[in-house]
Amino acid sequence: MSRTHVTCLINGDEREFLCDDDQSLLDALRDEVGLLGVKEGCGTGDCGACSIMMDERLHCSCLIFAPEAEGKSITTVEGLAEGDNLDPLQQAFLEGAALQCGVCTPGFLIAARALLNETPSPTETEIRYALAGNLCRCTGYDKIVRAVLAVSENS
Amino acid sequence: MKYVAAQSLTQVFEHLQDDPTSKVFAGATDLVPQLRAGRKSPGTVIDLKTVPRLQGLNLVEETWVIGAATPTSVLTREPSFVSDFPGLSTAAGLIGSDQIQNRSSLGGNLCNASPAADSVPAMIVNAARVLVAGPNGERTIPVAEMLLAPGITALSEYEIVVEILIDRPSMKTADAYQRMIPRSEMDIAIVGAAACVSVNQDGICVAASVALGAVAPTVVIIPTDFLIGSKIDEQSLSALAVAAAEMCDPIDDKRGTIAYRRQVAGVLASRVTREAEKLATAGDAL
Repeated sequence: MSRTHVTCLINGDEREFLCDDDQSLLDALRDEVGLLGVKEGCGTGDCGACSIMMDERLHCSCLIFAPEAEGKSITTVEGLAEGDNLDPLQQAFLEGAALQCGVCTPGFLIAARALLNETPSPTETEIRYALAGNLCRCTGYDKIVRAVLAVSENS
Repeated sequence: MKYVAAQSLTQVFEHLQDDPTSKVFAGATDLVPQLRAGRKSPGTVIDLKTVPRLQGLNLVEETWVIGAATPTSVLTREPSFVSDFPGLSTAAGLIGSDQIQNRSSLGGNLCNASPAADSVPAMIVNAARVLVAGPNGERTIPVAEMLLAPGITALSEYEIVVEILIDRPSMKTADAYQRMIPRSEMDIAIVGAAACVSVNQDGICVAASVALGAVAPTVVIIPTDFLIGSKIDEQSLSALAVAAAEMCDPIDDKRGTIAYRRQVAGVLASRVTREAEKLATAGDAL
């Protein structure tokens, strides 16, 4: 079967790629577009490692069929920094050591960015709810929550 | 497998009839895990989100019209909807993470037909209806008649859910939803309890509806006749708890025993009815 041609905005740039209809957007972003920041954890929408923003809303890219991206605007972790200037969240994760192995980190950064875009000064409870769809096996979450709080308080 | 972004109901029916193995989907939060587990292998997946009629939350006169594929986050972000249905919007906001709620829909929660679906008891106590459409036309049926067994709906071949219709609550009426999960977040209810209560100016209960999810193959509707005509008090709530515990038919599994689920069903039926009654009593006339 011929492959499907998709045109969309990825991190602000118009991009085109070819995909199979049964390919997830997660796989297409990694294998067709070459964005390896988006990770596969569970592949069933439970762990949040594949989190992206699509039309400014937080999604698990593993639950999206790649052709659904047609005409959409997608943000991955690669789109957070501007050149060498890290997103304040990335800086706070670094300074607060809010990561260990790092596999879940891109998903946490995107989920936290989605939260702060809408709620610039969330409470700790709001942060914990907003990050409830992201699993981390290393940190015990506390440093992640503190990193997001640090950015929230500075904003 | 082929992906199709349907643009109209007519296109949906054409694709369904072209490929009998095809599956319609909205958020695919249940479909994708089923595909990955090899439990389903459709030749075509038909995206309903791209059908304009299945998207949106609109108040048409005194009825909320919810496109079947509308993400549940749209409901929980709409203050006037949340104000009309604190219970249903609570239920919608309990289903999965933010990631999931930007994909999941009332239509999907209903058609997936899980006994533990949070939104279904909450829709039933609000007397929600579904507008379903098929190649031969449209019909409206109560949500309470949609689910026949786990995974089985009242939809005929090629029929899909188009809209969920819920009338605005009348004066001094409110709904509530509470559930019990073994974890503190991101879990499936072992009991989900919804209530909708109406009171008069003197606080006398004039209407009540209580429904429980996750405690039987389909939603259990608890009789509430004895609540009508007096103030809801501890005695009537105890009777309600006993009736709820007796009427449910739960399963025994690692997440809860039958005895535990029965007891929790009674406790939550009572608590959620109290919560709805308090909200109704405090509520202004519309």
